[in-house]
Amino acid sequence: MSKGKKDDVTGTETTGHSWDGIEELNTPLPRWWLWTLYLCIIWGIAHTIAYPAWPMISGATKGVLGWSTRANVAAEITAHDAKNAELVTALLATDMETLPASADLNRYAIARGGAVFRSNCSQCHGSGAAGTKGYPNLLDDDWLWGGQMADIEFTVRHGIRNEQDSDARYSQMPAFGEMLEKEEIAAVVEHVVSLSSAEYDANLSATGATVFADNCSACHGEDGLGDRIQGAPNLADAIWLYGGDHETLTNTVVNGQFGIMPAWGPRLTEADIRAVSAYVHSLGGGE
Amino acid sequence: MTDQTKPPSLYAPRVPIFPRRVTGFFRNFKWAILIVTLGIYYVTPWIRWDRGPSLPDQAVLVDIASRRFYFFWIEIWPHEFYFVAGLLIMAGLGLFLFTSALGRVWCGYTCPQTVWTDLFMLVERWIEGDRNARVRLQKAPWSLRKWRLRLTKWTVWLAIAIATGGAWVFYFTDAPTLARDLVSLTAHPAAYITIAILTATTFVFGGFLREQVCIYMCPWPRIQAAMMDTDTITVAYRDWRGEPRGKNNKRRIQAAAVQIEAQQQAAGAGEARYPGTPYREAAKPAIPALEPETGPEPEPGDCIDCMACVNVCPMGIDIRNGQQMECITCALCIDACDDVMAKIGKPRGLIDYIALSDETAERAGEPAKPLWKHILRPRTIMYTLLWSLIGIGLVYALFIRSDIELTVSPVRNPTYVTLSDGTIRNIYDVRLRNKSGEARDFRLKLTSEELLRIELEGMDDLTLQVPANTTVLQRVYVTARPQDPAATSAATPLRLWVEDTTAQTRASKATTFNGKAN
Repeated sequence: MSKGKKDDVTGTETTGHSWDGIEELNTPLPRWWLWTLYLCIIWGIAHTIAYPAWPMISGATKGVLGWSTRANVAAEITAHDAKNAELVTALLATDMETLPASADLNRYAIARGGAVFRSNCSQCHGSGAAGTKGYPNLLDDDWLWGGQMADIEFTVRHGIRNEQDSDARYSQMPAFGEMLEKEEIAAVVEHVVSLSSAEYDANLSATGATVFADNCSACHGEDGLGDRIQGAPNLADAIWLYGGDHETLTNTVVNGQFGIMPAWGPRLTEADIRAVSAYVHSLGGGE
Repeated sequence: MTDQTKPPSLYAPRVPIFPRRVTGFFRNFKWAILIVTLGIYYVTPWIRWDRGPSLPDQAVLVDIASRRFYFFWIEIWPHEFYFVAGLLIMAGLGLFLFTSALGRVWCGYTCPQTVWTDLFMLVERWIEGDRNARVRLQKAPWSLRKWRLRLTKWTVWLAIAIATGGAWVFYFTDAPTLARDLVSLTAHPAAYITIAILTATTFVFGGFLREQVCIYMCPWPRIQAAMMDTDTITVAYRDWRGEPRGKNNKRRIQAAAVQIEAQQQAAGAGEARYPGTPYREAAKPAIPALEPETGPEPEPGDCIDCMACVNVCPMGIDIRNGQQMECITCALCIDACDDVMAKIGKPRGLIDYIALSDETAERAGEPAKPLWKHILRPRTIMYTLLWSLIGIGLVYALFIRSDIELTVSPVRNPTYVTLSDGTIRNIYDVRLRNKSGEARDFRLKLTSEELLRIELEGMDDLTLQVPANTTVLQRVYVTARPQDPAATSAATPLRLWVEDTTAQTRASKATTFNGKAN
């Protein structure tokens, strides 16, 4: 076991370690490799001093360079905003009705509006804007309050039937359960079904037509085509916000409906309101 | 077991290597490869290629900002990245093929580390002299002369390194513009940083780390053993012929003297220095009869232990020890040894490109397998086939590419939309790509067995303009009236077409229409 002993088979120097006759060969690492390891350790320590690293009881060491991911993101957002500043100015200056005519600006507005929609509107209207029971589908061509760019923008800004914005679109369907007899309600439901379906009881519907004319036509129109000024739905089309079956219609007539949408004017920037309006307008139903 | 003596060091200082200058076939071949590869590297960014006014005129350009890769007449878009992936796979298979057939020819001839190290060694030899002079200089104390030589060498190395890093950045932006910007110090910081990093790596790797990169950093020496077998043609020492080696063998000295004399006499006859006859077919030179020896001495091998092969080796190894991980098969030892063999009047090829499987046959004096039998074997044929198949596939894909393309992403949230009149509508996000150099009018169409209608969001008709070299996202509506079968069935196949109204070219994608039964 003297220093520099050679292994008989390989001719390689051994480390002098031997276990049950098995000797460990010594294949030395290059010395520069060792220095690289030390340099990496030094670099690692320097890095933890320069950047946030060591966990403390609350938070972590800040690092002498003052670097933070949040500041980085903020800087990136600022840089991005600066890049888009021109487009934003143009968006604010453009008349919304003529927006689709300027292709680049429209593309920007729709992309921006998509982002606004996904973080603010998708909770109720769905990420694909298809809505759900009680929350309108924004992809179809049926609008309660109007589907022109200006209508959509107004709805976004002020909302519907909310109490925060005095300009919010407002209407209320009465609860007819207190005003009409059960038979009258059944008849008027049958009449409403007859407006959009071929399967209905003709006699009952005829009775219901009178009830409809007396109680409903003021808002929904004589033919049940609705009235956008009052947000009264078109009852003759194929689209139902709450459902077009007898049970749901009866419930609607008895209790009324009172869908609320918040006002987004105070929450979103002017550019965001315009952008999200352009986005909704571009989904397939825009008028 | 305990050991009281000091254990040997687990770390070894680097043993400096001073490769001697060598001349010969392989050295010349390597110079040629060096000139060609470095030439390609430095010149390529400056080749111009006219693509019209709206596109860059640099033949080879990786335009990261615009997400385009230009290669002469080929233009690769990001969605065509499979071409790059395919080329990388081909490069990998090509490496496997060459390694299994010819050993580590990549390492020995074309690897950038080898090529630049070769160049750096050339500079070193010009400035500091050949091996012996460099060894002396290394050992000499730091005198004015040593400083002068070292600084000159480092300066030239640094210039090469800067040129190397400098050439790299030209591949990523217009070379003449960037060259002006670089000189006037107005180029983007990324350019300077890239040049600085590549200058540093070239300078350090080529000048100082050299063989250490191959031995300790590169994974290839460790992988390549799996690619090689005993049929692989590689650089090896014919130990059956060379051993026992020795300088002071009386028989050898006498034989050599006779041979040299014979050679000098025959010099006028114009005998080639390297006769084309392989050694195994040539008769072994007859050794003249000798005086009886005083002691028993085995018949000497051809190796005179002159260390020429060791002295020229850039890796600092002895090829006579057999196949080694450190050997990059640069073949300079072949040149060196052939030179010596010629001088002592022995046939060339004591160190040579040989297949290890031939060893037994050669030792017995039998003819070795012909070269083609070594090269053509299932594994090389398999590599070649795979390589060619991918190559043919890529070329085919390249030729069927058209200037217009579309991708169709059906919007499935929701699967369909019911309109006021009961019409069923499906939405598709269609991306239209215009790869021609000018704005084009694209007309969209639809074909289906069922009655379906197509509309474009925000458009009155089905034609839209797509600017040059851009992709446009268009929302497309396909509708079925309530009474039509497509409105009520689960899925109706359809095909969306785009037609370039100028070039009359078309492209299409198949997709599905979802009805109410969905």
